[in-house]
Amino acid sequence: MLTNSSLLELLLGRLTWDAIPFHEPILLGTFIAVLLGGIALLALITYFRFWGTLWREWITSIDHKKIGIMYVILGLVMLLRGFSDALMMRAQQAVAFGDSTGFLPPHHYDQVFTAHGVIMIFFVAMPLVTGLMNFVVPLQIGARDVAFPFLNNFSFWMTASGAVLVMMSLFVGEFARTGWLALPPLSGIAYSPDVGVDYYIWSLQIAGVGTLLSGINLIATIVKMRAPGMSLMKMPIFTWTALCTNVLIVAAFPVLTAVLALLSLDRLVGTHFFTNELGGNAMMYVNLIWIWGHPEVYILILPAFGIFSEIVSTFAGKRLFGYASMVYATVVITILSYLVWLHHFFTMGSGASVNSFFGITTMIISIPTGAKIFNWLFTMYHGRIRFELPMMWTVGFMCTFTVGGMTGVLLAVPPADFALHNSLFLVAHFHNVIIGGVLFGMLAGVTYWFPKAFGFKLDPFWGKCSFWFWLVGFWFAFTPLYVLGLMGVTRRLSHFDDPSLKIWFQIAAFGAALIFIGIACFIVQLAVSIKHREQLRDLTGDPWDGRTLEWSTASPPPPYNFAFTPIIHDNDAWSDMKKNGYQRPLQGFIPIHMPKNTGAGFVIAALSALIGFSLIWHMWLVGAIAFAALLAAVIVHTFNYDRDFHVPAADVTRIEQARTLQLAAHV
Amino acid sequence: MSFWKPLRIFALSPCLIASGCDLLVLHPFGAIAKHQSHLIVVSTVLMLLIVVPVIALTLLFAWRYRASNAQAIYRPDWDHSTALELLIWSAPLLIVIALGAITWINTHTLDPYRPLALADSRPALATAPAPPLVVEVVALDWKWLFIYPQQGIASVNELVAPVDVPIHFKITSSSVMNSFFIPALAGQIYAMPGMQTELNAIINQVGSYDGFSANYSGAGFSGMHFKFHGMTADDFEQWVRGSKDSPAALDRAVYLRLAQPSERNPVQLYSSVADGLYDAILNHCVQAPSC
Repeated sequence: MLTNSSLLELLLGRLTWDAIPFHEPILLGTFIAVLLGGIALLALITYFRFWGTLWREWITSIDHKKIGIMYVILGLVMLLRGFSDALMMRAQQAVAFGDSTGFLPPHHYDQVFTAHGVIMIFFVAMPLVTGLMNFVVPLQIGARDVAFPFLNNFSFWMTASGAVLVMMSLFVGEFARTGWLALPPLSGIAYSPDVGVDYYIWSLQIAGVGTLLSGINLIATIVKMRAPGMSLMKMPIFTWTALCTNVLIVAAFPVLTAVLALLSLDRLVGTHFFTNELGGNAMMYVNLIWIWGHPEVYILILPAFGIFSEIVSTFAGKRLFGYASMVYATVVITILSYLVWLHHFFTMGSGASVNSFFGITTMIISIPTGAKIFNWLFTMYHGRIRFELPMMWTVGFMCTFTVGGMTGVLLAVPPADFALHNSLFLVAHFHNVIIGGVLFGMLAGVTYWFPKAFGFKLDPFWGKCSFWFWLVGFWFAFTPLYVLGLMGVTRRLSHFDDPSLKIWFQIAAFGAALIFIGIACFIVQLAVSIKHREQLRDLTGDPWDGRTLEWSTASPPPPYNFAFTPIIHDNDAWSDMKKNGYQRPLQGFIPIHMPKNTGAGFVIAALSALIGFSLIWHMWLVGAIAFAALLAAVIVHTFNYDRDFHVPAADVTRIEQARTLQLAAHV
Repeated sequence: MSFWKPLRIFALSPCLIASGCDLLVLHPFGAIAKHQSHLIVVSTVLMLLIVVPVIALTLLFAWRYRASNAQAIYRPDWDHSTALELLIWSAPLLIVIALGAITWINTHTLDPYRPLALADSRPALATAPAPPLVVEVVALDWKWLFIYPQQGIASVNELVAPVDVPIHFKITSSSVMNSFFIPALAGQIYAMPGMQTELNAIINQVGSYDGFSANYSGAGFSGMHFKFHGMTADDFEQWVRGSKDSPAALDRAVYLRLAQPSERNPVQLYSSVADGLYDAILNHCVQAPSC
C-alpha cells in the first residue's frame, strides 16, 4: 500500500517546495519579471490571434530559412541571459574586497559563472552559428531546402528544449556550481549531490542531439545538393567553413555525449569512471571533454571566418584574395583542431615532450589562421571599401582577434602557461577570441543577411552605436583582466583580500557597462528598423551588391528559394551572373516539389525536455511515461506518409510575377 | 636585456596611471618563475613582429581603399599572387619555427619534474646547489597542508622555505582537483586526488609571497590561499624549532578531522606527523590502520 508521501515521491522525485528560491531576492525578482513578461507575451499573441500563424508558419515549419531565423532569435534571447550573468560577475568582483563579501554568496556566484559559460557557448554561440548556416547555406548553393527538412525542425526544437531546461534551473532548483565543463570529482555525486550538475548534463545531452543531427543534415546538404556546376572549389567560402564546421560537429559531439553519459552513470548508478575508487580516473574526463572542447572552439570560429570572408569581398567590391589558400587553411584548421586538446591542461603534469608536442601543434594552427587574416587584408588591398556596418564589424574583428590569437599562442608555450593557466589572463584571452571573433562575426552576419531574411536593412545609426560600444566596451572589460592575470590573479574568485586590485575590476565593470549599452543599442536598432521598415525596404533582393547566389533571390526569398535551379560557372556565382547579363526566367514555370510542415519535431523535443526534467528530479514514473509517449510519437511520425506536396505552377508564376513587378518598380 | 626595456615600459604604462600595480608574473622572485617570465616576454615580442604589421596594415588599407577615395587603385578581379601567397604562409611559419624551437627547449629545461641540480644555466645555482628541501603538499577542502618529512613537522596554510635552496614539492589532493600556485616562486601544477604531481623550484629573495589554488574547487575556493615565506637559513631553522614546540601533533585522527570541509583556516603548526601519512593520503587509505 502506497503511503501519501511515497506516492508524492514517485510522482515528484526530489522536487519539493524547497526547490523554489523564495528566499533569494535576485532570483525571485527575475522570476516575477519573467512571469509578467511571459504573460504579457502570451496575451499579445492571443490578442492578435497569432497562435494559428505561430503554429503553422513557425513552430511546425520545415523551411530552412524560418528555422535559421528561429535559431538566431534563440541565440539572441539567450545572449541576454548569459550577459546578465556576466554583469553580475563583474559587479560582484568590483565590490567584494576585504570585509565586503559582495552581494553574491559563493553558492550563487558559482552557479552564475557556470551558467554564463554554458549558456554563452551552447545556447548563444551555437544557435547563432547553426542559425546562420541553416539560413544561408541552402541559398548559397542553389538548393530549395536542406537534405532532411524534418530533421532540421527537430534539431532546432531539441536545442530549444535544452535551453528551456537551463532556464528552468534558475527558478526550479539550481544550476551546477562546477565551472562550465563540470570536471569531476567536483561534479561527481560526492561533491555535487544536488540537481545542478543533472540540469547541466541533461540540457547539454538534449541540445547535443539537436546539434549532431543538424551537423549531419548540413553535411548531406552541402555534399549532395549543390547546384549544377558548383564543384567543391567553386563553393562560396562561407559554405566551405560551414562544411568543415559540421564535419567537426559530427566528429566531436558524440564524444561529448559519451563523456556526459559516463558522468551521469557515475552520478546515478554508482559507477566510477571518473572517481578514484575502483580504478576510475578524473583525468580521463578532462581528456575526453577537451577532445570535444577544442574542436568546439573551431566549430564556432570557422563559420565566423566564413562570414568575414563573404563580407570583406562584398564590401571591398572584389574577388576574395587567395580563395584556394583560404579553403586549404580552413581544412588544415579542421584537421589540426583534433591535435591540440592537451594544451588545456599542460599543468596536470604530462611531461615535457608531451607538453611540447601539443604546444607546437597549437602554434601550427596559427599559420593557416594567420594566412586567413592576410587573405582578408589583401582582399581589402586595391579594393573599393564601403564602410557599411558588416564591414565595420570585420575591421573591428581583424584588429581585436589578432591580439587574442597572439595571447593564445603565448598560452600554448607550456612554461608560460604554467604561470598564466587558469588566470584572468586566460579569461581575457578566450573572450578576446570568442567576442572579438565569434560574436563580432555573428553580429556582422546578422546585419549582413538581415535584409535577405526580412526584406529591409537594419538601421545603420543604431547599429554603429552598438558596434562602437561593443568594441570599446570589449577593450575596457578585458584589458584589465590581461593585466590582472599578469599580476597573478586567478579566475572564478568571488572575493579578494588585496584592495589594490579593486581599480582593475572597476575598469572591467565599466567595460561591461559599455557592452550593456552596445546590446541595448542593438535592441533599439531592431525596434527602430522594424518601425522604419518601409524606408529601409530593399526591393532588389541584392542590397549590398552581393557576390553569391543568395543575393539573386527576392528578399525574403520565396519558400522554394529558386524557381529554377541556377547553373554555376564561377565561385562568385551571382557576381558572374550579373556581369554576364543574366536574365531572370519569366515563364515556363513548373510545379515545385516541397516538404510539408509537421508538428512531430516539436512534440518529440518537448517530450525529451520532460524526460530530461524527470531524470534531473528523479521523477521515475513521469520519466517512464514521457519516454513511452516519445516512442509512440516517433512511431506515429514514421507512419505519416503525407510529407510532401507540389507548389502548383500557377502559384510559382504568381510569386515570380510579383517579383518581376517589384524589380520593375525599383528601376 | 636592455633591448626589452622600452617595450616593457610601454606594456606597463597603464600600471603607471593606477598605483599599486605589480605585475608579479613578469617580476617574480624565484629562478624558475623568472625563466618563465622571460619566456613570456620573448614569445610576445616574437609574435608582435607579425601582429603589429597586420593591425597597422588593416587600418592602413581600410583607410587607403575606402570607397570615397577615388584616387586609390581598384582591381576588382585581382585575387591571386603567388609571391604574396608564399609570403603570407611563410611569415607565420618562420615565427612558429622559431617559437617552436624555443618551446621545445624551454619546456624540457623548465619541466617541473626535473630536479634543479640538473639544470645547467640557472643563475641562482652558480655554486653547487644544496640538497633540496622536500615538502609534501596536500590540497584539502579548502586549505593547504604542508608536510616537511625531513623535519618531521607540518603546517596548514603557511609554507616556509630557506632562500637559495632547491625545493622539491610532492603534491596531491584529498578530494577534488586544485592547482598549487605561488606566482612569485614558479608556475603552477595541479593537485589531484589519488595522484601525485611534482614541482621543483627555488626562491631567491627573502620575503612573504601569496600562494593559492588556481583551479576552482567549490564553495570555499576564494578563501583557499596561504602565505609563502622565503627565509634565511637561520630564520628557517628557528621556524622549524618553533614548530617542534607546537602542542599539536598531526596523527591520523587529527588529519581526518582536518580533512573535513572548512574555510579560511588560521595558520596551524604541528610538531610531529604520523608515519606514512602522506602516502596514506595519496592512496586514500588514511582510515585503514594497516595502510
